[in-house]
Amino acid sequence: MTVVKSEVVKSVTCPVCGCLCDDIELTIEEGKVTEVRNGCAMCESKFLNYISEHRVKTPLIRKDGKMVPVSYKEAIHKSAEILANANYPILYGWSSTDCEAQRVGVELAEEIGGVLDNTAVVCHGPSILGVQEAGIPTSTLGQIRHRADVIVYWGCDPWSAHPRHLERYTAFTDGRFEDSEWMSYINKVKASVGKKKFAAVKKRSLKCETEPEAISDNKPPETLNKEGRKLIVVDVRESMTGKVADYFVQVKPNKDFEILQAIRALVKDEDLDVEEVGGVPVEYLKEVVDTLINCQFGVIFFGMGLTQSAGKFRNIEIAISLVRDLNARTKFVIMPMRGHFNVTGANTVFTWQSGYPYAIDFSLGYPQYNPGETSVVDILLRKESDASLIIASDPASNFPKKAIEHMTKTPLIVIDPHMNVTSMVGDVVFPSTIVGLEKAGTAYRMDHVPLPLKKVVEPPEGLLSDEEILTRILEEVRVIKSQRMKGAN
Amino acid sequence: MELLLKNGFVFDPINEINGERMDIAIRNGKIVESVSESKAKKIDVTGLTVMPGGVDIHTHIAGGEVNTGRLLRPEDHVKDVVRKTAITRSGVGYSIPSTFTTGYRYSRMGYTTVMNPSMAPLGAKHTHEELNDIPMLDKATFPLIGDWWFVLENLRKGDLEGCARHVAWMMNTTKGYAIKIVNPGGLESWGFGRNVHSIDDQVPNFGITPREIVQGLAKVNKMLNLPHTIHLHTNNLGLPGNYATTLDTMKALENMSTDGKPVCHITHLQFSSFGGEDWGTMKSAAEEISNYINNHSHMTFDMGQVIFTDTTTMTADGPFEFTLYQLSGHKWVNSDVETETSGGIIPFHYKKKNAVNAIQWSTALELALLIKDPWKMFMTTDHPNGGPFMSYPKIIAWLTSRKARMALLKKCHKKAQKKSLLPTIKRELSLYELAIVTRAGQAKSLGLTSKGHLGLGADADVSVYNLNPETTDIAQNPKIVRRAFADAAYTIKDGNVLVQNGKIVQTVSGKTMWLDVNTTEQLEVDDDMKSRFKEYWTVEYDNYPVYDHYVKVSDPIIIKADV
Ligand code: SF4
Ligand SMILES: [Zn+2]
Repeated sequence: MTVVKSEVVKSVTCPVCGCLCDDIELTIEEGKVTEVRNGCAMCESKFLNYISEHRVKTPLIRKDGKMVPVSYKEAIHKSAEILANANYPILYGWSSTDCEAQRVGVELAEEIGGVLDNTAVVCHGPSILGVQEAGIPTSTLGQIRHRADVIVYWGCDPWSAHPRHLERYTAFTDGRFEDSEWMSYINKVKASVGKKKFAAVKKRSLKCETEPEAISDNKPPETLNKEGRKLIVVDVRESMTGKVADYFVQVKPNKDFEILQAIRALVKDEDLDVEEVGGVPVEYLKEVVDTLINCQFGVIFFGMGLTQSAGKFRNIEIAISLVRDLNARTKFVIMPMRGHFNVTGANTVFTWQSGYPYAIDFSLGYPQYNPGETSVVDILLRKESDASLIIASDPASNFPKKAIEHMTKTPLIVIDPHMNVTSMVGDVVFPSTIVGLEKAGTAYRMDHVPLPLKKVVEPPEGLLSDEEILTRILEEVRVIKSQRMKGAN
Repeated sequence: MELLLKNGFVFDPINEINGERMDIAIRNGKIVESVSESKAKKIDVTGLTVMPGGVDIHTHIAGGEVNTGRLLRPEDHVKDVVRKTAITRSGVGYSIPSTFTTGYRYSRMGYTTVMNPSMAPLGAKHTHEELNDIPMLDKATFPLIGDWWFVLENLRKGDLEGCARHVAWMMNTTKGYAIKIVNPGGLESWGFGRNVHSIDDQVPNFGITPREIVQGLAKVNKMLNLPHTIHLHTNNLGLPGNYATTLDTMKALENMSTDGKPVCHITHLQFSSFGGEDWGTMKSAAEEISNYINNHSHMTFDMGQVIFTDTTTMTADGPFEFTLYQLSGHKWVNSDVETETSGGIIPFHYKKKNAVNAIQWSTALELALLIKDPWKMFMTTDHPNGGPFMSYPKIIAWLTSRKARMALLKKCHKKAQKKSLLPTIKRELSLYELAIVTRAGQAKSLGLTSKGHLGLGADADVSVYNLNPETTDIAQNPKIVRRAFADAAYTIKDGNVLVQNGKIVQTVSGKTMWLDVNTTEQLEVDDDMKSRFKEYWTVEYDNYPVYDHYVKVSDPIIIKADV
């Protein structure tokens, strides 16, 4: 008989989305994760499906058009040569790796006079610009859990993109000063339909495999429309979250700015002499505004539905201004729903080391920041860069075609645990360990709370981490540069 | 490694050395009696001023709040960029410098130890990660616990020992150095947008008053034998008429001191010394405050000097920053932290021609000069709240030269000029007194026994300034003084020469000091925290502590508590 050694690791931080749930329990058997508890479907798939045959185990270098397996040493030297010889390299990605790697990233960018940028540039860049214009009244998520009686999701659908956000931090959780009506509803269901069914239903719903109606078999729970926490959803289409909301405000595409303007006016007790704004009847908006004003503690979460719709950072600026206005009447905070698990960490680390959160140009020997000019998409579109290092992201699948065209014409280094579209066109490709699973580190939750990432399993033999790869490239760049100095003397 | 600083004018107030010409011998990072003349590296400092390395008791340089300030203000950075060199990292400066730049700039001024006075416990890892990236200095950081629910609940129950053990848990868990209290009771109230307005106001939902919090934590501080006192930012800070609250607070602590030692440090006193009823009648209450202080010795203070420049205010006092926002309409950050604290940021431009700002500038100097005992009142700007720490040389000039401060007063708003007490104050600090208010007094108040002096066994943290006290009348030459203190001739840290004539010649990490407080029943407290953790926070118990690897160079100080 063979005894299967199994071990349960608790308080694991999930390295998937900006919720950064840190209560995951993993069962490890024979060096593999075999069971995931507390996580959502996205979390389960991250922890259970990481081993795939597509996983590359050694670095690859393009030789005569073909990708050839090489040693780390060779790949690191090649990368260092590329970067040391470049005049204006870009270093992009960073949102799905740990702060420890990001720290080395800043140093490397500075050493080679490159441009350091992260994925915020294509999602929440406008949020950062909005904050730099207007500031941001915000709080940690626990403050919301304990106190918020009005919760607004604007242009985001946590039910699908941040599946445990509602359950851990907002409408469906209990806090010191706020009970969750949802919980009492769930308890009622539990009593009537039996434990088993409830468990199944909860599991299903929280993994967002089915529509939320499945929970009740009929309408959204009535209790939610009455006392207690109010959930308001603003979106262009009725999302899953929208379906359980007390108020669902359906905006016409690209009309967010108008609606925010109208709400601001109503909050300031100004009258609107129209019947409808951005597809929403003013009467309905008034009801929503009443709810906003009369709460004890309100919060607006916003997503890419707001940052990427027409107006972009003006939308964020006006949303923040609305929250500023609301603070004259009650307590209100606002928070971006950051996507990648450590995009917040990238902005945080970059800022403490250089003063700027993204789009940082070190080409003059000191940090310069001018998004729109020093952001990598713009640099690629202007065809100015002459080498790229892409780490922990896949720009080839979401950058404009013209930008990718230029990126592939210049030497391209890719560091990622998995092969992706970008690594397919890379010149040097490094496989790396998976942060938060095969490597310990640190990440920042969307509310800037730092959390440790655990190493729960051993990486495939010989595989290096992002941090190690970058550190060795940096060392090698310095060697090359000092040799060059000696040569010149 | 041996080093000999030869023939400087030494100012070492803790050892009562007042400008004597002498040598300072260093071996293995410590001050020693003597070293071998032939083997030691010798530096001739003849004609120069030698002091212990500078110590800053209160400067916001690291952590979530500071970093959000950096993020908020690209316009602050562009005017002050810092190039990479062969040995130093690039960065940005001005009011919220990037981490590396912070370290280099303090070092250039001869500082070797700084205290980061404001750390939200939940973000403690962040603070420590930034401290790791601040080179050149020894550092420590104070967790904000005046409004922490466990403190409020334990004090409400009257369970001082329980409170003390939980505070010890927090100090160990966050690797902190002192108890920081900001607007006691006000931060919890701010959770629902409210505030407290006197030390006897009730904190909503908790049935406790600021008086009880401050008194309770002062007692706790003693029970735990912490090296520093409680470190307090008073209620009603920054509001006209608040000096009355400050006096109430000081009186509330009068009977706490049983051994003649201070029991509390009130920080950035200027911001707590406003007279008048509203902004129109706002005036300095330096006279009332300093009178009280001159007659009592249970507290220490720092200035919170205002500098006429564009800076960034940031404090855990969320409601105060909200007031500033309402006054200025500026971009505003609020950042409340679950079960612990709050925070806020507002850019602020102090102007000479603004009556309130000019009165604040004058008030800080009046306080520093009217409080007779320099061991009570230290030089700070509450960086960056009153202004960037890079302004210290200016303040030194104002403190040591009546001519310098009067010249600036003449350019201030007429109302401020009329109300200012400065014309009546003759006092000019000597270099000996200056050494007290910029290092010796601060080290003593912090309980840093191996810092702030050059006695045997002290850390070999030494600063040398291009200033000859025999040939330069400092009161008459404020420009020379300013230049001397802006760019140290030498900054020596643990026996290493880091700065020479204002240039960084070597970089070191510096260490992070923190308290490892040992109490009885530590395990019970751990269990209690563990069982209640989820009710209070949204992170797991296991993920909350600052584990050892979060501190690059760790310097734990073991404390034996009485509980
Ligand atoms: S919500 Fe996000 S962080 Fe939480 S378990 Fe799901 S994927 Fe992971
Ligand atoms: Zn302060």
